[in-house]
Order: sequence, then structure tokens, then C-alpha cells
Amino acid sequence: MKEDILTIKGIEFKSRFWIGTGKYKDFEETAKAIEASGSDVVTVAVRRVNITDRKSPNLLDYINPSKYKILPNTAGCYNVEDALRYSRLAREAGVSDMIKLEVIGDEKTLFPDVIGLLKATEILAKEGFIVFPYTNDDPVMARRLEDAGAAAVMPLGAPIGSGLGVRNPYNIKIILEFAKVPVIVDAGVGTASDAAVAMELGCDAVLINTAVAGAKEPILMAEAIKHAVLAGRLAFKAGRISKKLYATASSPIEGML
Amino acid sequence: MNILLNGESKQTKCKTVSELLNELDIRLGRVAVEVNLQIIRKTDYESHQLSEGDIVEIVNFVGGG
Repeated sequence: MKEDILTIKGIEFKSRFWIGTGKYKDFEETAKAIEASGSDVVTVAVRRVNITDRKSPNLLDYINPSKYKILPNTAGCYNVEDALRYSRLAREAGVSDMIKLEVIGDEKTLFPDVIGLLKATEILAKEGFIVFPYTNDDPVMARRLEDAGAAAVMPLGAPIGSGLGVRNPYNIKIILEFAKVPVIVDAGVGTASDAAVAMELGCDAVLINTAVAGAKEPILMAEAIKHAVLAGRLAFKAGRISKKLYATASSPIEGML
Repeated sequence: MNILLNGESKQTKCKTVSELLNELDIRLGRVAVEVNLQIIRKTDYESHQLSEGDIVEIVNFVGGG
């Protein structure tokens, strides 16, 4: 089968299933789940080094940065200043120019503060970052982020970790219609079928963390979603039938007794 | 001298960022260092002098979504 590569700012992504490294039982499980996912890009958070316990293992001992593209995030940032600070630190750690930009507006829903997100996107894009903003499902916002220099847009399907799936497929479809950059659904996927739905809409990829890490069997779920993303992508490319109110028989009338 | 390191007070004889990272047994590459809200380039680790009361942050990558 021909490779279905997603190219963003010259970077080639072989898998359309992007995966997070948070919330797993331990690093071993993280590594196995990522392996099972077939993904070639993983998100990571930026946090203080553990100064007191120098023997504690490091995530990148389990996730090889030469095998996986590392996409640092600015999780936990509630304003532009913090998001910029974390982004610049992430880049300085020397693994990537990519940043999954989060400027959070609300603690309970973790919805993005889109005003702050737009400001930060503009600034970071000018500094040469490859910006992937985690945004809402508003098509106008997606367009603004694109104009501000975002390399792709990442509309949420539903709140982070909620498992509610793609709550507004109509808006995602509209975003897809007008976007000139890739659209990657990030947040809210609960299980394999949700991932397939996102891909069937025409999304370029999905980013998933909790649905895998929080599943009863994360490694199995990673495998399930790998197939779902592929199935959804193929179904999209195959071009589905339209939805009709009434039936059209599948067997001919001709030759009936 | 006394510095604030990752939010905790620390006594150190280290004069440069490089020496501090050495003392803490922190591998270069995969970390980023900030002193008084200024990111220190890797190439400046050996030359950047630490001062009394410096606020030092050393970060790395951890699991996240």
C-alpha cells in the first residue's frame, strides 16, 4: 500500500495517530503503548528536573528521540507569558522546534483561552517555532490561527480526558473545508470509533492520550486505535455514499420470478 | 553561595551553570536551564557565572498529552 505521509513544514509524519505520553502506569507501559500505536510522534510536557532523586528514570530513556518525533506541549499554562516561557524552554532542550501550544482558559474544562492562544501563536511563529495550537472547534478561530502562522490547527473534539468523542463534527467539517493547513483533532477521543469518526470527516491526524492511557488495557487500546485511524483514513479517501432518507435496493428487480 | 534551585533553597560552591549541572549529575541535552527568567544557551553553560540569590530553573521532558 502506498505510504500516506503527512508533511508539515517539511517534516514527514508516517502515522496519523499521534499519541501522548501522560497518565500511564509507568514508563514501560508508556513505551509499549506507543510501540503498539504505530505512531511516530509523541507529546511530552515540560517540567522541573527531579533534583532530589537523581536515580529516577527519565522518559526519554524509554522513548527514543531518534525513533520518535518529540512534540513538547505547554500544558498547565494559563497565560501568554507562561506559554511563551515554556515554549522557549522546550526548544532550548534541543529536541524540536515543534510546540503544541496550549493557553488554557478554564480549569474545569481546560478549554483554550483563544485570545491568548492567538497572541502566543503569532509571537512564536515569528520566532520560527512550528506551532500546533490546541484550539476550540470554531472555524473562525481556526482561520485566525492559520493567518497568525500556525503550522496546523488542533481543534478539540471534547474536553481533555473526557472521552466524549467528536462532539461537533459539523464544525470540524467546516474547519476542514476552509483550512489551508492540516487539521488534527486533539482532545476528547474516548475509544477507537471516535478516532475513526475524526478521520472519516477528513482530519489529517488525531492526537490521543487519555483514551489509551486510561483504558483497562492501554496497549490493546493503542492497537485498536491504530486500526481505527487507518480505517477512518481509508474510508475518507474511498469516498462514502451519501445519506438518504429512503431505501435503494441492493439486488436487481430484473429476473424476479 | 545561596541560590534558589527549582523552587528550593540551595547552598552551592558551583561558580557556573556547567559546574552546577555536573554537581547535580544532570546529563546535558534534553534539559533546559533558566537563570533569573533568562534562558541560558548550552554554549554558555561554562561561561555563565552564578550569583548569590540567583533563581535557577532546570527543566526536562516528562509524560504529557
